[in-house]
Formats: sequence, C-alpha cells, structure tokens
Amino acid sequence: MSFFDESNVAKAKEILARYPRPKSAILPLAHLAQDQNGWLSPEAMEQIADLTGTTPADVLGTCSFYTMLKRRPCGKFVVSVCTNVTCLVTGGPEVLDHLEARYASEPDVTVEEVECLAACDGAPALQVNYEFHERVSPSSAVEIVEGYRSGTRRARTVSGATVA
Amino acid sequence: MTTAEPQAQKTTVTVTVDGVTFEAQPGELVIKAAQEHGVYIPRFCWHERMEPVGMCRMCLVEIEGGRGYPPACTTPVADGMVVHTQTDAVKQIQDGVLEFLLINHPLDCPVCDRGGECPLQDQTLAFGPGESRFVEEKRHFPKPIPLSELVLLDRERCIQCARCIRFADEIAGDVLIDFVDRGDRMQVLNFEEQPFDSYFSGNTVQICPVGALTASQYRFRARPWDLSTVETSCTTCSMHCRGAVQSSSNRLVRLLAVDSEPVNHGWLCDKGRYGLEWVHSEHRLIEPQVRDGGVWSEVSWPDALDRAADAIETAKELHGADAIAVLGGARGTNEDAYVWSVLAKGVIGTDNVDAQLGDGLPAEFVLGMERAEIADLDRARAIVVLDHDLRDEVPVLFLRLRRAVLELGVPLVDLAPAAHGLSAHAAVIARTVPGEPLAANVHDEISRACEGRQGRVVVVVGRGNLAAAADSIVGAAAELARVHDVRFLSALRRGNVHGALDAGLAPGFLPGRTTLDAGRAWFTDQWGGVPAERGLDAEGILRAAADGKIRVLVLVGADPVSDFPDATLARRAIDAVDTIIAVDGFESESTKRAEVFLPCTLWGEKAGTVTNLEGRVQRVGRKVAPEGTAMDDWRIAAELALRLGRDLDLATVDEVTDEIARVAPAFAGVTSELVKSARDGAVLPVAGHLDEIVLRTGELSIMADDGSGTSWDPIKVHGEAPEEPADESEVTAHVDAPALHVWDRRAPQPEAPARDAYALRLVVGRALYDDGRLVSETPLLQRLVRDPDLRVHPSDLARIGVDSGGQVKVTSTRGSQVVAVRADAGVPAGIACMDFSADALGAALLVDAGQPVVDLRVESLR
Ligand code: SF4
Ligand code: SF4
Ligand code: FES
Repeated sequence: MSFFDESNVAKAKEILARYPRPKSAILPLAHLAQDQNGWLSPEAMEQIADLTGTTPADVLGTCSFYTMLKRRPCGKFVVSVCTNVTCLVTGGPEVLDHLEARYASEPDVTVEEVECLAACDGAPALQVNYEFHERVSPSSAVEIVEGYRSGTRRARTVSGATVA
Repeated sequence: MTTAEPQAQKTTVTVTVDGVTFEAQPGELVIKAAQEHGVYIPRFCWHERMEPVGMCRMCLVEIEGGRGYPPACTTPVADGMVVHTQTDAVKQIQDGVLEFLLINHPLDCPVCDRGGECPLQDQTLAFGPGESRFVEEKRHFPKPIPLSELVLLDRERCIQCARCIRFADEIAGDVLIDFVDRGDRMQVLNFEEQPFDSYFSGNTVQICPVGALTASQYRFRARPWDLSTVETSCTTCSMHCRGAVQSSSNRLVRLLAVDSEPVNHGWLCDKGRYGLEWVHSEHRLIEPQVRDGGVWSEVSWPDALDRAADAIETAKELHGADAIAVLGGARGTNEDAYVWSVLAKGVIGTDNVDAQLGDGLPAEFVLGMERAEIADLDRARAIVVLDHDLRDEVPVLFLRLRRAVLELGVPLVDLAPAAHGLSAHAAVIARTVPGEPLAANVHDEISRACEGRQGRVVVVVGRGNLAAAADSIVGAAAELARVHDVRFLSALRRGNVHGALDAGLAPGFLPGRTTLDAGRAWFTDQWGGVPAERGLDAEGILRAAADGKIRVLVLVGADPVSDFPDATLARRAIDAVDTIIAVDGFESESTKRAEVFLPCTLWGEKAGTVTNLEGRVQRVGRKVAPEGTAMDDWRIAAELALRLGRDLDLATVDEVTDEIARVAPAFAGVTSELVKSARDGAVLPVAGHLDEIVLRTGELSIMADDGSGTSWDPIKVHGEAPEEPADESEVTAHVDAPALHVWDRRAPQPEAPARDAYALRLVVGRALYDDGRLVSETPLLQRLVRDPDLRVHPSDLARIGVDSGGQVKVTSTRGSQVVAVRADAGVPAGIACMDFSADALGAALLVDAGQPVVDLRVESLR
C-alpha cells in the first residue's frame, strides 16, 4: 500500500540515500509526492514519515511552513499573482480579480495571491507553476495561461520542476 | 595564567546580576543562575528541564561589555559577567515583547482556566505596557479543539513558545504535535485524525504558560484561588512521582507534578495525573456490609468488625491459623501494610500472606537484591532492561530511562522479549525468549556496550511477562548478577508493592526486609509471636483455597479474579473459600462473594508514608475527607486485632510510622519526624547516607504567600543540607534487631518445554490503561483502553494465513478463545504479545500458572 508509484519508490530511495540523516529528505520527498499527485495529500505525508523515520505530525509541521507545498488539491497550473507594493500600483490586483473570475470554475487552474515575487522591475508580475511572466495585463495574463493549457507553452510541474 | 596561581583551582565563575554577586557553575544559563540567587528573569519558552530555544524573547537582558540584548535563557554565564535585568532599556524590551504577544491574544481571562495562575497575566501586570497600540482585527480560530481525549487547544491564546511541542519531542518522544503553518497563522496542531495520544500529554497542560492547552478533566472545574493543596506522591504505580493534589469542596480536582530531582523531574503520566475520579465514583462502597442468606445489608462498623473477627477466630480454632490467608495490601500506605502484617502474622499467626498477586517477583529476590536508585541510571556504565514495556508499566521511570539513554548517552542493553519504546535507541538488543536462559553471549554484549565507560551497570527488572513463571526472570537476574559492579532497580508496578513487601506482606518475611527465621526472636519480643513456618504465596494460597484448605480469605484491596494472571485458578479459589472478608472501596469480581465488606479509604483520603521502587520512603497527603464512613486500612486491622484479643495501642498514623522505625530493621531511623522534614524522603536503609538527606525549608512553591510560585514553572520545595554532621547512631537498628535479608543469587533453572515450530510463545504485559479499577471508574481514561489484540511477527501472520486485523482462534492448555490478530514487526518470530485483561476475551483465561510458559496454537477461523 505504497503511496508512491513504482518509479517514484525508486526515486525516493535515491533521494534518501543522499542524506546522512533520513529526516533531511522530508522536503525533496514532499516535492516528489506533490509532483506525482498534484498536491501533498495526508497519505503522502504519512508515507514520507514512514520513509524518514519521523511522524506525520513532524512532516506536516515541516511542509506547512512552505506555501509551495499544496496541502489541498489544486489545479495542474498554479497561477501566482503578486499584489505587493509595486504590483499593487501597477495593476496586479486587477490581474488577480480578472483571473480569479475567469478560472473560478476551471479545476485545472488555481489562481492565488502571493507576496513579492522579487520582480518589481517587471511589475505587475505573475508565475505559472513558478515560471515568471512580467508586465502582464488582465488579457495578456489569460493568454499566457491559455498557452499553457493548450500545450503551446511547456509548463513546469506544480512544484516548479522542469519536465524532461 | 602565570600570575594567578590560586585562580587555577577555581572551578566556578563569578557573576553579578542586578548588583548581586555570586559563584555559578561554568556553562550554567544566566536565567537559571540568576533565579537561584533570587533574581527572577521573566520567561515564557524556557523550562529548566528542556533545552533552551530562545523563542519568546521575554528574557532579554543587558550584559556589560556585550553587544545587544541577549536572551538570558540561551546565554551561559562567564567569569566576571555583569548582568542587568531591570534597566530602562530592558524594561522597554519587555514592554515591547508583551505588547507584541498580546496583539493576537484574545484577553478572555475571565473564562480561561489559567486565569489567576497565568504568567502572561502576571508578567503583563509586572512588566507590561498596560496599553496596546494594536487596533486591527485579531486572528480567530474555532476554540477549543481537542488534541486528544485529554487535552484541548485554544489556538487564539497560544503564544507559540513551543513548550508543548518540545516536551512531546524531547522528553516524551511522542512527536504527535508540531507547529503548522507560519507567520500569524502559525498554530500548534496534531496530524489529521491522529490525536495527541501520548501517555504524558497532561504535562503540556501544566507547562503551557497560557491557557492555550487545557485539560478536559479540569476545564471550568475550579479557580486556582479556590483550590486547597497538599503535597503528596502519586501511588498509581510504584514510581511515586511527587505531586501537589488539589481539591475544591471536598472533591479532588487536580494533581500537579512537583519537581523532585531524585524521582520524577517534574513530570507525571496521564494515568497518575487524571486518575482521580475513581475516588468519588458513584460505585464506591462507603458503608460496611455483611451478607446474610445471600443478601447484602449495611451494618454498623462494630457489627461488621465483630462478624469478621468471629469468622477469623472460628476458622483458627477449628482449622488452625494456616486456614486463614491475607492477599493484598499493596495499594495503601506503609502504615496500612504494617498493621495488616502485625494482624496476620503477629495476632492471627498465619504466614499465608502475599501483597503480590502472582504478578510480581519473589520477595526473596526483591527484598534482597543489591539495589540501585533511580538517579543511578543517569551515571550508569550501562542500563540493562529485563522487563517488557516500561512505558506501560512505570511510565515516568520510562522517561528517566529515556533521558539517561538519549540525553546522557548511557548505553542501553535491551533484553525485553519484544521491541518497546526504547528499543530504537538500544546499543545492544538480545531478545529474551520466555522460559529460556539469556543468550549465551550476553556478558560479552554488555561488556561491549560498556566499553570505555565508568560507573555501575543498572539492571531494570520487572515482571514484564505474566504468562511466564517469575523463576525465569530471577534466573536471568542471577545470571546478570555476575556482571561487575551491578545493581538492580525493581520495576514492579503495583502502587505500594515495595512498601508492602518491606512491611512483611510476603510469605517468609517480617517487616523491615528480614526473614521469618532471622526475625523470629526479635519480632516474638515485639509482637508476642510470629508464624511457625513459612507460608504460601498468592499462587499457593489460591491453590490451597481451591482445594478447600483456606477457610477465611481476607482481600485487602485485592481482586485475584481480575488481577491474578491465571483467572481460571483464581475463580476456582474464590468459589471454594468459605468466608471472604473484603477490605476495599469497590465491589469486584472477587469481593462479590464476600461475607463481610469493610470500606477503606483511598489515595487522597489518607495520610502516611509509601515506599517507591528504589526504596524511597515519602509522604502521601490527605486532601479530602473520606467518603461515607470509610476507614484507613490500618485502623481496620487494628480494630480486628482488638477483637481478636490484642490491643496494638496505635492511635495515629505517626505512631504507626514510629513503631515501624522502631521495630522494622530496614526502617531504622525513618521516623515520622524524619519523613516530614526530609524534602525528598529517605531511601531505605538510611544508615550510611543520612548526610545525603536534604531538609525541607519551606512549602511547595505554589503555596508561597508572595505568589512567586506558579504551576507552569517547575514546582519545588526548597531545601538545604543538614548543618550538623548526621548522628548515625539514631538511624542504626537496635543491636538485637535481625540483619537485613540478602538475596542468595540462586538461579532457578527454567525448565520450559522446547518450543514447537507451530506454537507461539505468549508474552502478556500490562497496558497502562488496563481494565483495573482506577481506569474503569475514570470515564476519561476508560476511553483510552486499547483492544487486547494478539500481536505477532508478520511472518507468523503469513504462516497462519490471516490478514492483520483478522480473527484467529488461540488455544492454550487452559482453553480457546477468538481474538483479533495484528502484525507487529517488533515482536520476534515465534512470540505472541497480548495486553493483560481479565474480561471474557482476556489473556488471563489463557494463562496457566502451573506451567512455566504458555504456548499458543493459533489457527485462522476458516
Ligand atoms: S500551546 Fe501553550 S505550550 Fe504550546 S506553544 Fe502555545 S503557548 Fe506554548
Ligand atoms: S509514573 Fe506512576 S507514580 Fe508517576 S504519575 Fe504515573 S502512575 Fe503516578
Ligand atoms: S525565555 Fe528566553 S527567549 Fe523565551
């Protein structure tokens, strides 16, 4: 009753072997789990606890510190829109509102508001699965997202890893 | 270096805190050193029994010549250090920290359990700004949420000090709670549906510096200023953790841990902490009763006592004193046990007396082994565990062991029959097979574990397996006694079993660790007579009873049908006895058939002394008046003695304590006065180490008038070493008194049958939450009793052909039952583990006391 599929079991072993203390593997394993299922489920955390000799509470504590680890099911594409100071004055909130409305009933796209993406010079900025897009407008933002959805743009995984 | 010759000798450092100059140990933390010299630095996260983390910033101080304001809880003292804790700058920091902590605090003190003993309240008052500039919305959480059956969490009140999380991790090793999320959403949480089911969870409630963690049992029950408090020891198991028991309107409402350096380090287990309710259970029997024509009726004490004395007298006249047996006595105080010993052995004249119910170890071994103290674990060369799971048996001893191994690095040699809470940290694991001798290479393994280390080897020995005869444990202990410089620490779990054995409630023994033969002359002088010959132990008594040879059986807080490992034998015995006299608080399977029921007081209702597993005599306090007309066990015994023609002339508990000190050799010098003045009690025998006894110089810190003591910081009693050199002549036994018994280290050779390949050898241990009376009468704990599954190695499960969780039929020489089976990789192949239980599906119906071991045949139900 393994949570990880066969190829990921092998990968998990390889990850564990990299660290002198198995506990150090919690984060990379969490990414592996998230890439497999699209989010970090309780079952995944339980197995990570098993693999690293920790407890599920320990894994939850560690993983919940990082907003990039999604503890609720999310879309295949996570769109992170910045509304921090520079983006705020250059139209970030409008982009956010527009995307939220547009994708409200599209389960494959999750729109989220984030703090500074460190791209103030290109404000307003957003990321799709951690790929940067700068100087966006409500309509260009939709175009970008649609590009990923249709496959004309190649998306990273939900954890931001590039797909080979 | 060259100039200051005498300085080279100096092992301490000189520190000045707020103008007070003192010597401190190098490495000691400023916060601790200052506190010991009268300067209290405010704190939230620091707890002296845990690693400092410097999280709350409440303890920032100014250190001359240093940069910034370091936390006093993470800064070690240094020679010449000058610390200021009350400068304007420090005060401004404290203001700021408190204002910050209160940003999200709900300020619902009027409905908070901590109100009145809350450090956040107190320190805000003492050090805080008085006003907040924060006008925004505070964070909100649903409140409270259960972390477990026992502990509730109000996240709004939490100040994120991590005391609870660090306790669960560092001290208990149960990482079931952690901080989840971050920033202003950071909260303590358990994982999904996995509750914070730690045997030690109640400690987090006590050390939480705010009202974020509350105990479901105590919630809204009382206000701290309405409580009255007495210092005591928990006697739920034999550790005797120090505590402060509190009551309101004559009901016990709370037990707080007191920090005793030699014993519990400020911790309690949840069974001890929350097992108070049974005292006030509606099922308690609180009036004497007698049975006429099968019908119970309440009678007066004189009538009930007359009836009991008559039955004893008649049986003695017709059948001799040996026809009378006394079982029990391990639940009360030393005084209770002693007077019962006088009654049984001195007045009635029977030696058929046993405080253990076949669930312990022979008195010859326990009373005569070379003993270790609990603190010896910390400085041991190695610790050998010859028991089952200490976490279930003696929980806080488990914590002490865990600390010795994990924190102090003492190597652990694990000889338990199956894996337990500490096996993961063992240096050597050599599983004992019940009934078989220790592994041949065990001495080599122990030497290997000890390599390069000094000190003694401490063997923790208990009766971990109720399905195997005690002989095999004694045999293993005899083998281990050959280890160089070895000491034994008993892990027998029954509340005051060590006190009862010391009082002579065992066949062949008299009070004060002396044998019947050695003490015959002395005790005949003291008591006017002792039994002619060694009597029977519990198993022997039950066998004799089943054969009709015991006419009167006195059960002093004993319920053999539920507690004797072999329930079949116990029931047969109880059914065959003519007259049962029960001294108890409840009706039980065994006392149901009693002819006379004499209600006795329970813990919390009686004062006296008790002896813990290391032989430490400490006081228990009386906090509430007994229910009904319940009497102390010792008074009941004295009343019966009077009716049997002997006036024991004992009027108060102290008189009993003093008589014990006078007549029982191991207790020489342990007078009521000594026990009252010794802060940490006294380890028997006191001769030779009287100068180690610390005298108390005050009350419990929480009872201090100036309010300096709080329940969330370690509760202490101040003490000082005696000024004058101890007068040893006061504590040595009378010249004519018999010598103390010494274990002859004889090794009974276990003669277990060879294991056949299809059978599983049974290991039966006690779970912490068992089907005993304390748990069954405390609804809160009742919910935590786990199913008594059969736990076997996965390979055995595969061989039997059932899935984990499935039902199997198990058959022993006693009979068959159907139980659920579970895979457990910690159980060696060929072994089956089960929790003890005497109910319809319990292991007690599989155990045959006549066999050295129990082998089970296990079949799938298909
Ligand atoms: S619940 Fe209490 S002990 Fe735990 S972190 Fe919060 S304030 Fe500290
Ligand atoms: S370990 Fe024993 S003595 Fe200590 S609190 Fe628990 S039951 Fe009481
Ligand atoms: S007590 Fe020192 S930082 Fe909390």
